[in-house]
Amino acid sequence: MARARLTTWLRYLRAGDLFVLAAAAAACVASFVLLWRGEQPDRAIVRAGGQIVAELPLDRAAELTVDGPLGQTRIEVEPRRARVVADPGPRQYCVRQGWISRGGAVAICAPNQVSLSLNGGGNSHDSLSY
Amino acid sequence: MTRSATELTVSRDDTRIARLAAAAIALTVAEAAIPLPLPGVKPGLANIVTLIVLWRYGWRDAAWVSLLRVLAGSLLLGQFLAPGFFLSAAGSVASLLALGAAMHLPRHWFGPVSHSLVAAFAHICGQLAVARLWLVPHDGVFYLAPVFFSAALVFGLSNGLIAAHLLADRSHADRR
Repeated sequence: MARARLTTWLRYLRAGDLFVLAAAAAACVASFVLLWRGEQPDRAIVRAGGQIVAELPLDRAAELTVDGPLGQTRIEVEPRRARVVADPGPRQYCVRQGWISRGGAVAICAPNQVSLSLNGGGNSHDSLSY
Repeated sequence: MTRSATELTVSRDDTRIARLAAAAIALTVAEAAIPLPLPGVKPGLANIVTLIVLWRYGWRDAAWVSLLRVLAGSLLLGQFLAPGFFLSAAGSVASLLALGAAMHLPRHWFGPVSHSLVAAFAHICGQLAVARLWLVPHDGVFYLAPVFFSAALVFGLSNGLIAAHLLADRSHADRR
């Protein structure tokens, strides 16, 4: 019996098969492009003590200072991204997180009860388990 | 021996379908032993049998073999009526419907590889539809769709080539 070489396998591909294969590959590429692009956030939402204190559009730069139990948290917005510049909290997690730019991303300064989240195209969940 | 009150007449069609379904079930069980990185991504080797049956004996036999395989396979693996069973059943029904259309393509141009790819993509679409409508009612399921489609591309191609190879190799055998 002949060894199953590449050419042997290619014999089984008919002209239409190549067409279907190309269409299938195109569908794969399209699904990656369309579904993995990620949601573009359109505004930054700032909360203090659970209440929304500001909604900043993400198309222009802005700065904001929010008061919390420990002191003032400073938030900076640039086109398509936002960050916590300074926070009185002891561990500085939200500051060290740096710029956040994906829809649904959150920077939480828990000690000062301030959070900065990006919203875009409906409410997205942060995780799904099944 | 006591005679049975009901007489089941077993036609040649029945034995042929049973034999082919048994082959498909064996492949399903064997495949369940292969560890896989993501739930839902698997080669679907049993579909090779479905493709061969469709090519040789037509859509009705392919539907019997495919659905019997889903039913008996899930019973053997303890998945009957579990979410995986419904996903599997939805995928199989979707592929069978797609194959019902694809089998009318001219055979001179479109071989088992076309059938296999069409069936694999329809399988994923059927599964995603059920998952989205019922199991995970959130658009988050579509996040994994590109991975599933890529798997459909790879395994659809390889299963189609294997089916084509078996059909070419044994086209004169198995005539009973």
